[in-house]
Amino acid sequence: MIELKVNGRSHNVSADPDTPLLYVLRDELQLNAAKFGCGLGQCGSCTVLVDGAPTLSCVTPIMLLEGRQITTLEGLGSLEDPGPLQQAFIEEQAAQCGYCIPGMMMRAQALLQRNPHASDAEIRAQLEPNLCRCGTHMRILRAVRRAATLMAGPGTPPATRAPSTAGTQLDAPDTDNDAQGDARRRPARTDKRERPER
Amino acid sequence: MPSHKVSRRAVLRGTGALVLSFSLSLDAWPQKGSAESARPAAAGPKPPGSLAKTPLLDAWIRVDADGHVTAFTGKVELGQGIKTALLQVVAEELEVPFEQVSLVTADTGRTPDEGYTAGSHSVQDSGTALRNAAAQVREILIAEAARRLKTAADQLHAAAGAVIGPNEARITYAELVSSNLLHVEAQPVSKLKDAALFKVMDRPVQRVDIPAKVTGAAAYVQDMRLPGMLHARVVRPPGYGARLVHLDTATIEKMTGVVKVLRDGNFLAVVAYREFQAIKAMRALSLAARWEAGEALPKQAQLHETLLGLPAQDQVILDQHESAGQPSRSLEATYTRPYLSHGSVGPSCAVAQLTDGVMTVWTHTQGVYPDRQAIAEMLRMPQDKVRCIHVEGSGCYGHNGADDAAADAALIASSLPDRPIRLQWMREQEHGWEPFGPAMVTKARASLDASGRIVDWDYGVWSNTHTMRPGAAGALLAAQHMEHSFPVPQPKPIPQPEGGGDRNSIPLYTLPSAKVTHHFLRDMPVRCSALRSLGAQMNVFAIESFMDELALAAGSDPVAFRLAHLDDSRAHDVISAAADEFRWAARPTPTSGHGYGFAFARYKNLAAYCAVAMQVRVDHETGRTRVLRVTAAVDTGQVINPDGVRNQIEGSILQSLSWSLFESVSFDTTRITSIDWATYPILRFGSVPESLTVRIIDRPGTPFLGCAEAGQGPASAALANAVANATGKRVRDMPLTAARVKATIGI
Repeated sequence: MIELKVNGRSHNVSADPDTPLLYVLRDELQLNAAKFGCGLGQCGSCTVLVDGAPTLSCVTPIMLLEGRQITTLEGLGSLEDPGPLQQAFIEEQAAQCGYCIPGMMMRAQALLQRNPHASDAEIRAQLEPNLCRCGTHMRILRAVRRAATLMAGPGTPPATRAPSTAGTQLDAPDTDNDAQGDARRRPARTDKRERPER
Repeated sequence: MPSHKVSRRAVLRGTGALVLSFSLSLDAWPQKGSAESARPAAAGPKPPGSLAKTPLLDAWIRVDADGHVTAFTGKVELGQGIKTALLQVVAEELEVPFEQVSLVTADTGRTPDEGYTAGSHSVQDSGTALRNAAAQVREILIAEAARRLKTAADQLHAAAGAVIGPNEARITYAELVSSNLLHVEAQPVSKLKDAALFKVMDRPVQRVDIPAKVTGAAAYVQDMRLPGMLHARVVRPPGYGARLVHLDTATIEKMTGVVKVLRDGNFLAVVAYREFQAIKAMRALSLAARWEAGEALPKQAQLHETLLGLPAQDQVILDQHESAGQPSRSLEATYTRPYLSHGSVGPSCAVAQLTDGVMTVWTHTQGVYPDRQAIAEMLRMPQDKVRCIHVEGSGCYGHNGADDAAADAALIASSLPDRPIRLQWMREQEHGWEPFGPAMVTKARASLDASGRIVDWDYGVWSNTHTMRPGAAGALLAAQHMEHSFPVPQPKPIPQPEGGGDRNSIPLYTLPSAKVTHHFLRDMPVRCSALRSLGAQMNVFAIESFMDELALAAGSDPVAFRLAHLDDSRAHDVISAAADEFRWAARPTPTSGHGYGFAFARYKNLAAYCAVAMQVRVDHETGRTRVLRVTAAVDTGQVINPDGVRNQIEGSILQSLSWSLFESVSFDTTRITSIDWATYPILRFGSVPESLTVRIIDRPGTPFLGCAEAGQGPASAALANAVANATGKRVRDMPLTAARVKATIGI
């Protein structure tokens, strides 16, 4: 038996000591967030934090982790009560299939814990080990920047619930042959955005 | 009437999915209707979208006794946001609050058969069907209220899940609906809402699936844990057609946790209590197996010459001759694309269970009905004893390993009755065995007259098949490898107007004389099938690169040259919007490695319009291209969710940049050698553009035009055009790697 501390709780796990942490998280502790992507440490889908540092759980055997503090995405909040990083990803709609996103979020969390004022270049450099195949990168970057604002806490103006509109204008083209003209041109609708609670 | 023990409400909540046996007949339900009871509409005008194939309204929409609405679609969530978009459509047309609608996606036991979720068809087919069904259900409920209130229907209107009449009369949908009220066939024409009145559609409603995905709630088939579930892994042959000649399983069967080693011909699998036990046993099994090599692969260095030399089925798909100016100058060029991997970040996975003679398969396939047919054939079971239920997986971008994993899990589960089997592929299996997007060659030739107009055009495309999807068992790896194997179906071209390898090979431009030939290459040992946009990415890359070469020869601005050859006003609008947003006309003269590129296409010449403008910087010393700024404009007809459209276009562009900058499947003469992210590199954050903007052209009230693949071709071509603009040299072969660009630009 090896004792693992995951998201603040101790667990005695029965897996063989050479078992990578990923399989223990998923099979024994029934945590979903860390994902199997490659098993080779090449894609970052399995990223968790060990003592605050991003760690590839698919290549880290549990025998190395006794007494260490392990944090998974589940440790940052829940569906019912999302944490600031999770809230930021929801607000920016920063997912397509979403399979890579938990790993991205954990690596971003490590950076923001260390440097809440990380620059865009620092965020990009931090996320370099993690792959996204859907091409959600621009939104992931926006969500991490938004999370930094949310994490800055009281005294910071509360972020709006609407996704930021940077680079996402919605309007009719400025062309004369746009037959229906201004009637179809709508103002920004941030006030009407809905946020379904499901 | 068959009996069932599960309450209908429980089924509607979705909890029934895991416990229901397939013997549940929807005939038992008051509002019956399903794919089984669907029948073709009578002769005459058909209702729109997928209603034509499944016309019963309650196959699509049911109103529960408490007023909750359940909608059914044969399409699946792939991360493209279709669930949210379809919920918006139903809430809007049915006049019910968004939160009061739930959606059941593809399940052969419960939903209409809408074939594959592919080709940017979901909104066009299922969105149109649900929109019309919802509108007709609303009118039926209004008519029922009119009957009960003894008033004219035109005195009534629907709002918030109820019908409202004069003198504060209000009857909820729950009160109005009765057993067979919605069990009627759809009419050809619906009373659709005016787009100006939309409250839910054309709004950036937040996606319903994202909160679970960003908090670690169960969201994927990979996250399923059924009672008694075992973990399986397969061992695939080292290469196509390899035969297993020797295997001693005795030591592996004694390994910790191993429940079973399964060998069926060349199909090998291991089942264990725990996942990592299965992986260790898989590795041991892989070392123990001795194989005899199968079919030889072509030499990769001569791939495109090999393609051009294969026997081809030629089809002329455009041949027009109109009088035009005298040709004064001719150009010709050849373009190539390598095999591309779908490269899903999560390897394919499925859960299967054989209970009471019924095989249930939870799969992230794009097509539950075709998979049911193929798996039933493979297992030699009747189709009604196989049920395929879609559960989300990692994004697929076409025909990846999803269907094969479903078949693997089903074949393994058939040997261990009652035990749920979770099977996931390893990274090297996904990369090595998925059906790739085909390698392609295109050749273009055109002439300009003295005024710089194109007067003739001749284009040919050489490609293997872009669809080997299941339907027949032989399309599945497990069925090919098992002892009593099934033959691989004969590859076939996809006919125009959609096309396969020839998709988007007919330019939208106005060309007086033009000939386009599809050279369909039937045979190729490299396994290939549908990759996002099929041949369109390559054809648009080639056509739009060639348009730039012609514009340069004509001394024209690339945007002006395109506009001068287009009659379609929506194409004009999209091009103008992208150019305007990018400030194309004000772009500086390229200096110090900077370059600007533009490209345009209408996907399939019948779906969304998309134009892309791009700024790059090419490092002369290394040949490395850095994409700096991208602006896209898209016309996708009536928009359901503008943020969803943007997400799809952004993703389409970034994925296309990854393909065209970095990607190429590699192989030697015996096997695929690009088997992980080191041997098959893709876009990482360091290569992501500094900015990417998407402008949506609003077209309220017009038909839906699928947009999910619209950026694939234009982004690749805009990249090539920007690199040519930056370096003065044209690269006509994808990918535009640093090495290739350096070799082209020289010292």
